[in-house]
Amino acid sequence: MCLAIPMQVVEIKGGSDELLDPCVALVESDGIRKEIRLEMADRIPLVGEYVIIHAGFAIRTLTVEDAEYNLKLMRQMAETLEHQGRLPGAPE
Amino acid sequence: MKCADEFRSRAITAPLVEEIIRSLVRPLRIMEVCGTHTMSIFRHGIRSLLPEGLTLLSGPGCPVCVTPASHIDAFVAAANLAQVTIATFGDLIRVPGSNGSLATARAGGARVEIVYSPMDALTLAQQEPERLVLFPAIGFETTIPTIAATILQAERLGIENFLIIAASKTMPQALEALMADPELQVDGLLCPGHVSAIIGSDAYLRMAERYHLGCAVAGFEPADILAGLLSLIRQHNEGTPKVDNCYTRVVSPEGNLKAQSLINEVFMPADSEWRGLGVIPGSGLVLREKYSRFDGMLRLEIPLQPTSETKGCRCGDILKGRLLPPDCPLYGAACTPLQPVGPCMVSNEGTCAAYYRYSGQKVSHRKIAKDTTTP
Ligand code: SF4
Repeated sequence: MCLAIPMQVVEIKGGSDELLDPCVALVESDGIRKEIRLEMADRIPLVGEYVIIHAGFAIRTLTVEDAEYNLKLMRQMAETLEHQGRLPGAPE
Repeated sequence: MKCADEFRSRAITAPLVEEIIRSLVRPLRIMEVCGTHTMSIFRHGIRSLLPEGLTLLSGPGCPVCVTPASHIDAFVAAANLAQVTIATFGDLIRVPGSNGSLATARAGGARVEIVYSPMDALTLAQQEPERLVLFPAIGFETTIPTIAATILQAERLGIENFLIIAASKTMPQALEALMADPELQVDGLLCPGHVSAIIGSDAYLRMAERYHLGCAVAGFEPADILAGLLSLIRQHNEGTPKVDNCYTRVVSPEGNLKAQSLINEVFMPADSEWRGLGVIPGSGLVLREKYSRFDGMLRLEIPLQPTSETKGCRCGDILKGRLLPPDCPLYGAACTPLQPVGPCMVSNEGTCAAYYRYSGQKVSHRKIAKDTTTP
């Protein structure tokens, strides 16, 4: 039931009243916009940031750098392995 | 999406696989706890990349599969009431209880709608004020806060015709119960990514210490899963089991505190029955007194009746990692995704269904054995 792919936020809507109009995020994928609830997001995302979604709710906000940094780490992991045959940080 | 493609690319996975093969010095049994991991492992053919000595067992991490027949019966009883509309996650509707499923109730005239989010069920309740809309609240820690937030929203908006049947479950208690079973032989746990996003990687510390068991929290892409497996192999080789968070872009040690407080506001722990595993103390959640007006069983006066397990189905042993699906005599014969007998074959994330779809093994071992011995 878990969706692993982060979705990019294109707009933040609502928020005029914390109780009756809590803000929601619009995310876009394949040209379709979907409204995502933010009650359980660790923080409210900025437009352009990513969210991980479960059952219509954002469960985690990822900065663009977060996503890219992690990708870079994974790439480095791969390269180091190719050169040295072991992961960075692994015991000698 | 670009991001996901990069995590799948061979440039990243191939060296990880090589390192796993190099590191594995003795046979290991690793349990992947989460149904989404099970699916991802099959879909990306990860099993076929791994060395022979590394056995992957699927654990009790598919919420549909562990929902006991007694709860399914309660959902069906509610569906059969004339004024009730069931709004449910799609996976649940074909799961058999002791007397039919939500799908059979629907064929008999009951109103059963599929929703993607509990919030969609609430919207349905707003659109149809003359009906009682009931959401079967199954799921683990990732789903539970979404249900709690929906209840709070219903409370704020004063919506009277929205109900749930609380049937959610919490993971650490079930894992502890499993690990305490002396018959279970597991050398490491691949911990679920998004459950851990909520409860935090620290939630497994006790388990790592008490059972001397390596734990690795992993995401769902092939590279994530392989990195998790590699961590578990290394922990084992070094004799230092711990909790290794291999999904730091999403999981923190303490988890998502906002989501945790949503859960605590609306629900409280209770003993809970798991299909195939029996009652596990403190492993379920029920509505707090304050929110009991949303309790469908209370308002519709539906009792929870004890049931027996589906005859011949070995889901219990499969959820405990004792058997693989083809070890079940019904696998591929009486039980297929089109005609499921047990919940592990119904759910998309069920181990039997994943095996059937992706492993190429379409008949039970027992059947093969029989066929080859009869001339
Ligand atoms: S193959 Fe079918 S009957 Fe056998 S354990 Fe799996 S779900 Fe149950």
